[in-house]
Amino acid sequence: MITVCPTSSLPPGEAIRVPAEEPIAVFNVDGEFFAIDDTCTHQDASLADGWLEGCTIECPLHASCFDLRTGKPSGPPAKVAVRTHQVVVADGMIHVQVSAAAEGAA
Amino acid sequence: MTGTIAVVGASLAGLSAARALRERGHAGRIVVIGDEVHAPYDRPPLSKEFLAGTATIDDLALVSPDDEALDLEWRLGSRAVGLERQSRSVRLADGGEVRADGVVLATGARARRLPGSDGLPGVHVLRTLDDAVALRADLAVSGRLVVIGAGFIGAEVASTARQLGLDVTVVETQPVPLAGPLGGELGAVCAELHADHGTRLLTGTGVAGLVGTDRVEAVELTDGTRLPAEVVVVGIGALPNTEWLAGSGVALGNGVLTDEGCATNVPGVVAVGDCAAAWSVPAGRNVRVEHWTHALEQPATAAATLLGGAPPVRCPVPYFWSDQYGARIQFAGSRREGDVPRLVEGDFADRSFLVVYERDGAPVAVLGMNQPRLFTRWRRQLRSAVPAA
Ligand SMILES: Cc1cc2nc3c(=O)[nH]c(=O)nc-3n(C[C@H](O)[C@H](O)[C@H](O)COP(=O)(O)OP(=O)(O)OC[C@H]3O[C@@H](n4cnc5c(N)ncnc54)[C@H](O)[C@@H]3O)c2cc1C
Ligand code: FES
Repeated sequence: MITVCPTSSLPPGEAIRVPAEEPIAVFNVDGEFFAIDDTCTHQDASLADGWLEGCTIECPLHASCFDLRTGKPSGPPAKVAVRTHQVVVADGMIHVQVSAAAEGAA
Repeated sequence: MTGTIAVVGASLAGLSAARALRERGHAGRIVVIGDEVHAPYDRPPLSKEFLAGTATIDDLALVSPDDEALDLEWRLGSRAVGLERQSRSVRLADGGEVRADGVVLATGARARRLPGSDGLPGVHVLRTLDDAVALRADLAVSGRLVVIGAGFIGAEVASTARQLGLDVTVVETQPVPLAGPLGGELGAVCAELHADHGTRLLTGTGVAGLVGTDRVEAVELTDGTRLPAEVVVVGIGALPNTEWLAGSGVALGNGVLTDEGCATNVPGVVAVGDCAAAWSVPAGRNVRVEHWTHALEQPATAAATLLGGAPPVRCPVPYFWSDQYGARIQFAGSRREGDVPRLVEGDFADRSFLVVYERDGAPVAVLGMNQPRLFTRWRRQLRSAVPAA
């Protein structure tokens, strides 16, 4: 479990990049938190820098859109889903339970 | 349309057209004709990760498993040599013919070559996968590279070659690189990346010729200077692949001329991507765009034109990116001479900044270096500010 930040530091519509071996992006969608792998599955871009609209994040480099709930891309150029991770909020802190390496990417 | 549609050119624009045709319900045959033997692949990494050796050929593939469902008939390694206007049939170099009810022209562009440089070993252009494989092999055994042209591709090749440890000199005819797309001030700022990373940049200098008989040995400049070189990359722009259409009746200029909806003057024939010069209302002329995002998105409009139906709502804000020396450069919007750049974030010296170009006080374009998050917000803002043309 990775501790990310207090919920108050991540207001609705915002994203934060959590540095790790595989960096993770955490999003606040109208009070609900989602976590996915931060690096786009297409090329090298940080999804936390992308454009959040509803439950979709648009990659800042080539605009593939990923569903934060499933990690699936909606269209090209990305072909592979990003991993999704479970978010746990406890005592006002956001924590992420990192999924197993290959899982969730399918 | 239930008949056959021929897509000529099997790259980003051609594949995107095939996808868009299926998305719009075309149930007939789609025949994709491409002169390269390779299945569609992505070109931007050819000067970046693929040249550096950090991306493989498999990483470049554009076709995904989902595309199986498109049920496309591929004619790869097959060059179109003519288009018969009445019957809309595409003639192939091997003598074959594809008769079609609709034709999508997506033959892209090719690298412009330096006159007299053809066939001299050590001299390269970079447009295709085969070009990149050959250049990569040459860079691996060479110490000294001269790049002719400091445009985006020239700058990216220089950057990758430095990363590989070569001694690199870039020669540019213009006094300031990238002044066309970025304007003089920002072109100069971006060009400073070369010096930051130990690449020599010579500007305002023409190339008189190449020296060497069995292999290139040097580049001779118009001022008489000889730059020793084991490898030379010529990065002086691209020309649209339209010669094969001569005599077909399709109107040609700097590319295949089309209206805003990608329609050529010949009914049932549309053109997309780097080979096409579509009418631009804001510019008041035909404009040939040579950017990846354009080749990805524009075919949806062409598919609507060909099949009938409402055209898609398109983002009227052009966009491109470039990666050089670890810096990510992103540009969106339409800049004209006279637009005033204003620094809104960061610092040129830190190689992390965002500049907004203003015309009559209103933002018309945005340039970011290593500012992806802020850039994305500005790009969005431009999209909502610019009325759909
Ligand atoms: C090295 C490099 C780096 C780039 N980097 C960037 C970047 O960082 N950012 C960016 O925005 N853009 C970049 N681009 C530009 C981008 O790749 C192009 O805009 C895009 O490839 C255009 O797609 P297209 O399908 O229109 O044309 P092309 O990709 O040129 O494809 C046309 C295809 O048609 C084939 N063809 C031509 N004539 C015939 C014929 N007669 N019969 C059959 N087939 C034919 C060609 O061989 C080719 O396979 C880069 C380009 C290159 C070469
Ligand atoms: S890097 Fe994300 S879509 Fe290309």
